[in-house]
Amino acid sequence: MSSSAEFTIKTEHLAVGYSKFPIVSDISLSMQPGELLVLIGTNGSGKSTILKTMAGLLQPINGQLKILGSAAGSLPKRVAYLPQHPVSTHTLPLRVRDVVAMGRFAHLGLFKKPTTHDNQIVDNSMHLTGIGSQANNPIRDLSGGQQQRTHLAQVLTRQAEVLLLDEPTAGLDINGRKLVAELIASERARGVTVVMATHELQDAENANTVMLLAQRVVSIGAPEDALRDEYLRECFGFTQPH
Amino acid sequence: MFIEPFANNEFLRISLVAGILVAITCAIAGTFVVLRGLAFIGDALAHGVLPGIATAMLLGVSGVVGAAVGSLVMMAGVSVVSRRFRLSGDTAIGLLFVGMLALGVMITSRSRTFVGDLSRILFGELLGVNTSDLVLQLVALVIVGVVAFIARRPFLLLCVDEGLAKTSGFSSRLFHNLMLTIVAVTVIASFQTVGTLLVLGMLIAPSATGALFARRISTMIFIAALVGSISTYVGLLISYHYDLAAGASIVLTTVLIFAIAATYTEIKKAIAKNSHEEHEHPHSHAGSHIR
Repeated sequence: MSSSAEFTIKTEHLAVGYSKFPIVSDISLSMQPGELLVLIGTNGSGKSTILKTMAGLLQPINGQLKILGSAAGSLPKRVAYLPQHPVSTHTLPLRVRDVVAMGRFAHLGLFKKPTTHDNQIVDNSMHLTGIGSQANNPIRDLSGGQQQRTHLAQVLTRQAEVLLLDEPTAGLDINGRKLVAELIASERARGVTVVMATHELQDAENANTVMLLAQRVVSIGAPEDALRDEYLRECFGFTQPH
Repeated sequence: MFIEPFANNEFLRISLVAGILVAITCAIAGTFVVLRGLAFIGDALAHGVLPGIATAMLLGVSGVVGAAVGSLVMMAGVSVVSRRFRLSGDTAIGLLFVGMLALGVMITSRSRTFVGDLSRILFGELLGVNTSDLVLQLVALVIVGVVAFIARRPFLLLCVDEGLAKTSGFSSRLFHNLMLTIVAVTVIASFQTVGTLLVLGMLIAPSATGALFARRISTMIFIAALVGSISTYVGLLISYHYDLAAGASIVLTTVLIFAIAATYTEIKKAIAKNSHEEHEHPHSHAGSHIR
């Protein structure tokens, strides 16, 4: 999909944080189309800060960061970001379909009218996330899990080449978690690179790369290497039951 | 009783048209004020124009020019104070709000007709509106309407989340400032009719009523415009028949309509909840008799 860049995401000695104070430093990684990077750590470990920096919402404090060969935040049509707590919509007078359709705004800009193709993408995203039947209901009347599915549908509607998902399974039941895993697998199958932050170790099962974080990179590599007991103990204070 | 005052009185007819133009302008700007949670900065802008208008009155210049300068100073001040001094937005707004209000009262106190001038700025003079005021109001409505239509997508994204606007390719700072500008234009153009104090009521109450019922932003604006226009008509009638201040009567009507609408939606919700519970446990009442 991304022929213009050798790597979809490439960082070299990247330091991320707020107001020039680094939270995580010296991040070096490269990802190719269709790969999944899972960021795991406790609250405040730096997962969301890395994702916000990749989304262009925070400036890198140090080092290099390229997304699809360009600076983070410069390719809104090709990169989609799901924040940790997509709030506010529960008070807004918006239908589920309107919230999902907002995912096309990056392509439509100020003046383009949505085409039949745009509408089909919106309908398909709602269908994939299981909220098609709620399309005309106000989002404020939905449960937390259904609202999360709506925001996931909005991200899919972007039809991006890189997905940055901050705890996409938050507030979802077992079926919802399974759905997210299936959606990520199908997006990867069509060449989309996915970066996901999570607390759950099982979310790392299908990852190409896992980064274990504790306000620094504790470990990075294939799941079997990055999730070794000594690293988990260092990060969480416990190990996985065998 | 309901039509006759407007048929027989040209001043009242012009006031009605001016009030409806204010209502529609406020419905558009107010919808974004309510959805983005800008009520406090809207309040501050409404008061921030006071020293500008007061200075203009003392110098014999148009109050509109003074109001424009006042709102520019207010917007720039909030931006500088919140960025440079690492204060939260509402602290910066609060500081400038009271500062500008006090400055406005001090300047006005230099006038020999202090109380009258202050009252006119704060509460407006709807019954003294002339046709050139109507033209100004119409121009403001067109500006606010066109900007809101063109920027509807980034405005909507901003109401949901600033980050979403930015990651969708829209400058959150540019469109936030544009949103504040349409609020400022509304305040500047409306102060002569409903006054700087009462324009906030027209910005918030009708839009808040719209938010209770609407499922879409466009519907919310339509309901707000309808509530504002009906309130203008009812408020003017009350003012005419009972010799009460016109601007205050209109704004109080908008707040009363909101109160009635909010009570109605709460009752409707309670009824829906009860019928849902009865549907879920249809035999629970009968069971208590058997025991």
